[in-house]
Amino acid sequence: MRIIIMGGNKTVYFLAREFIRQHFDVVIINHDETYAKEFARKTRATVVLGDGTDPQMLAEAQARECDVFLAMTNKDQDNLVACQIAKNNYQIPRTIAVVNDPDNERVFKELGIDIAFSATRVIGSIIAQETTFDTIKAMIPVAQGNVNLTEIAIEKSSPAIGQTLAEIDLSEDIVVACVIRDGHVVIPRGSTELRLNDHLLLISENDETMPDLDCFIKEKKVFDL
Amino acid sequence: MDSKKVVVVGCGRLGSTVASDLSANGHRVIVIDTRESSFDKLAQSYSGYKIVGDAVEYQTLAEADIDDADFLFAATTEDNTNLMVAQVAKKFFNIGTVVARVYDPHREVIYKDFGIKTISPTRLSSDVFQNIVS
Repeated sequence: MRIIIMGGNKTVYFLAREFIRQHFDVVIINHDETYAKEFARKTRATVVLGDGTDPQMLAEAQARECDVFLAMTNKDQDNLVACQIAKNNYQIPRTIAVVNDPDNERVFKELGIDIAFSATRVIGSIIAQETTFDTIKAMIPVAQGNVNLTEIAIEKSSPAIGQTLAEIDLSEDIVVACVIRDGHVVIPRGSTELRLNDHLLLISENDETMPDLDCFIKEKKVFDL
Repeated sequence: MDSKKVVVVGCGRLGSTVASDLSANGHRVIVIDTRESSFDKLAQSYSGYKIVGDAVEYQTLAEADIDDADFLFAATTEDNTNLMVAQVAKKFFNIGTVVARVYDPHREVIYKDFGIKTISPTRLSSDVFQNIVS
């Protein structure tokens, strides 16, 4: 797997380090000479000094044999143009952009970028989830963020204790994928009765609203973000 | 002559000249720039709208009432900004013709395929000079 990363902050450095550990071929494009030199010294990535939005620069980075192009500069316009050139001139199969303005997630997708996400939005949504429910242990977006995998705990106040899954009035857009009891997996059936301290893994579509979990959780919202 | 609605993004030397000329010729002009001081370059007679904001932000364009403009000219000093603004304008704001100023001739070639009209000062100047030489 060969990946080109355009950008130059700490995140890029740690990502590159992580990818190299996973035996990816990593190429970094950065226009800042000091940064490029330091990067070359600190990692085993190939470092190309130049503007990643310049079509000739991408040729130098051997973009043709590349699987993923990741644009992570702090300028959305540069990320867009670099991804478009990568896709259209070098046929890189996956182009990914980290956008700064959350509105640009939608804009980039419309303009042909495979994956675009905003760190602002991701962090914002984590904070919103964390402050909304304590009983939600984790919420992980999967399938490019379209699906949420949510872990919740059945606490003392839960109205679901003692009820079977068949009895619980669960909204139609949520599936109970797994019950975790004492560290073991219980495959959920209609007859499975929920107990205190069970953890549930739920799958739901990510439509930006919290799934309706009233049947499992009885808790006040801390704030409504 | 028919009065057109024209959006000019970037009020530098080129943008301000284009906006001033269009306004003098009776067109309805909206000029957008990140810095208010850039509007000082507009002609005294300029009678269009001036909007301070970053056109790379979708919201700036959404609030600037550029829908259904006949033309948009992206004339900031950055190629990538111009290329992005031109594409967003075309895709989301139903603008008849969008034109981006692009300095780098390599990038200009690529964006022809995207249906974005481009003006390259580098190319234009070179062509004029070639004509003088020959």
